Amino acid sequence: MRSKVIIWTVVAAIFGFLFTPVIIILVYAFSAAPIPAWPLHGFAVHWFADTWNDDEVRAALLLSVEVAVLATVMAILLGTLAALAVVKMRSASREVVSFIAVLPIALPGILTGMALASYFASWGMNLSYWTIVAGHATFCTVIVYNNVVARLRRMPRSLTEASADLGADAFRTFRLVQLPMMGSAIGAGALLAFALSFDEVIVTTFTAGAQNTLPLWIFGAIRLGQKLPEVNVVVFAIIIFTAVPVLLAQRLIGDSGRVAR
Amino acid sequence: MSAPLKALSSVAWRRGWVGVMSLLALPAVWFGGLYLAAIGAMFVTSFWTVDDMSGALIPGFSLVNFKALLADPTYAHIAERTVFIAAAVTVTDVILAWPVAYAMVRLSGPRLRAGLMAAVLIPLWSSYLARVYAWRLILSHDGVLNWALAEVGLPGLHIGYSNWAMWIVFSYLWLPFMILPVAAAVERIPPSLLEASADLGEHGFATFRRVMLPMALPGMVAGAISTFSLTLGDYVTPMLVGGEGSDFIGNVVYANVGVTNDIPFAAAYAVLPLGVMAVFLLIARKMGAFDAL
Repeated sequence: MRSKVIIWTVVAAIFGFLFTPVIIILVYAFSAAPIPAWPLHGFAVHWFADTWNDDEVRAALLLSVEVAVLATVMAILLGTLAALAVVKMRSASREVVSFIAVLPIALPGILTGMALASYFASWGMNLSYWTIVAGHATFCTVIVYNNVVARLRRMPRSLTEASADLGADAFRTFRLVQLPMMGSAIGAGALLAFALSFDEVIVTTFTAGAQNTLPLWIFGAIRLGQKLPEVNVVVFAIIIFTAVPVLLAQRLIGDSGRVAR
Repeated sequence: MSAPLKALSSVAWRRGWVGVMSLLALPAVWFGGLYLAAIGAMFVTSFWTVDDMSGALIPGFSLVNFKALLADPTYAHIAERTVFIAAAVTVTDVILAWPVAYAMVRLSGPRLRAGLMAAVLIPLWSSYLARVYAWRLILSHDGVLNWALAEVGLPGLHIGYSNWAMWIVFSYLWLPFMILPVAAAVERIPPSLLEASADLGEHGFATFRRVMLPMALPGMVAGAISTFSLTLGDYVTPMLVGGEGSDFIGNVVYANVGVTNDIPFAAAYAVLPLGVMAVFLLIARKMGAFDAL
C-alpha cells in the first residue's frame, strides 16, 4: 500500500514535468508585454488578431497545410501498399523489408535531411515546394505503415482465404474484407502523419529553398528574437489544433493499440 | 473489372510472390529511388570536394573531408558531447518511464489507463518548437524557474544555455517515446508470471528486477532507439537552449549546408551518426526490439 502511494506521487511529479512547459507556453499567448517576461505583466488578446492579420504567418500556414495534405496522401498510398505486402511475406524477407521501412524514423533527422540535401544537390536539383513534399512523404509513409501493419497482424489470415474460397478476386477481397478492417488504422495513421508533417522542422530546413513552412517561420522568429508575441499565439494554436487529431487517432486505434510514431 | 487485372489477381493468388511484388513495387521504387539512394548519395558525396572559387561540387574520390575532421580536435569534442548527451538522455528517460509505465499498466483500471495514455500523447504531439521555446523561457535568467526559486527564498540557477539545459530539455522532449514502448512491453508480461514470482517468496523490488525488467528489455531498447536517435540527430534544441560552445554534430552539418554550402564536408561528418546508429540498430534487432517498436 505504501509503495503504491510512493509510485503515484512519483508519477504525478513526472506528469507535472510533462505538462508545466505546455501550460506555460499556452499562458504566454495572453501576455500583454511585447517581450517575454515572467511573471506576466498584463493580459491581452490583441496579439491573436495581429497574428491572424500577419501575411507571413498566413502564407506559412497555407504552405504547411498544403505540404501536410500532399505528404499524407502519398503516405496513405505507399504505407498501405507496403503494409499489405509485408504481412504476406515470408519471415526472412519480411524482416529485411520491415527493417528498411522504419529507417526514416529510426535514423536521426539530421541524416535524413542531410542525405536528401546531398541527393538533390548531386542531381543539380533546386530546392522547392516539391522537395519539401518528397521529404515529408518519406517519413509520413512510415507512420501509416506502422499503424496499418499493427492492425493487419491482428487480423486473421483465414478471412482473406475464406473470401477467396467464396470466389472473390484480390481486388474484391481488398474492397470488401481488408479495407473495412483496416480503414480506421489508415485513418489514424493519416491523422498522425499530418500532425508530424505539420510540426517537422529538422528535415525541412534541409529540403526547403526560400519557402517558409509554419515551423520554419517559428524557428526563424525565435532565433532572431522577432515577433515573439506572434510566436506565442501561433504555438498556442498549434498545440490546441494538434491535440484534436491525436486524440481522435487514439480512439480510432482503440484501447488495445497505441499511437505509434 | 478489366480482364488483365482479373488475370493478375488469379496469378497473384496462385503464386504468392507475384501479389507481394505488385503491392511492393510502388513503395519500393519510392524508397529505393529516393530514401536509400539519398543515403547512398550522402555517402558518395562525402568523398567529393568543393571548388573554392565557384562553390561547385567536384565529384571524385578524396579523403580530404575526413582528414579535415580528424585534424581538428573540435570535431571530436562535438561528436563526444553529442553521443554522451544522447546516452545520458536515454538513461534518464528509462528511469522516468518506468514508474509511469508501471502505474499505467499494473495499477490502473481501463478508464484511468486510457486517460493516462492520452496525457502522455498530448505532450508527445504538441509542437516540438513550442516545447523547446517554453524551456528557453523557463530556464533563462529572468525566467520561470528562477522566479519560482526566488519566491521560495532559494538562490537562482544559471543553467540556461548550457549542457545541463540540453540534458533537461532533451529528456523532456523524448520521454513519451520511452513511456509508450515500455508500457506496451509491461502489458505483454503475463500477470501469472508476477504471481508465480510472488508465490515463490519474491516481493516488490525483487520481482521487478528479476522478472519485469528482463522481460521488458525489448521495449526499453525500442524506446532507446527513439530517444538516442532523436537526440543524436537534433540541432534545433542545441541552438535554442544550448547557447555558445554547445554545438552538436547536427549544428556543424547544418552550418556547412546552409551557411558555407560545403555539402561534401557536411556529408562526411554525417557519416559518423550513420555509423553509430547502424551499430545501435543491429544490436537492437538482435534483442528483438523491432517487434516492440
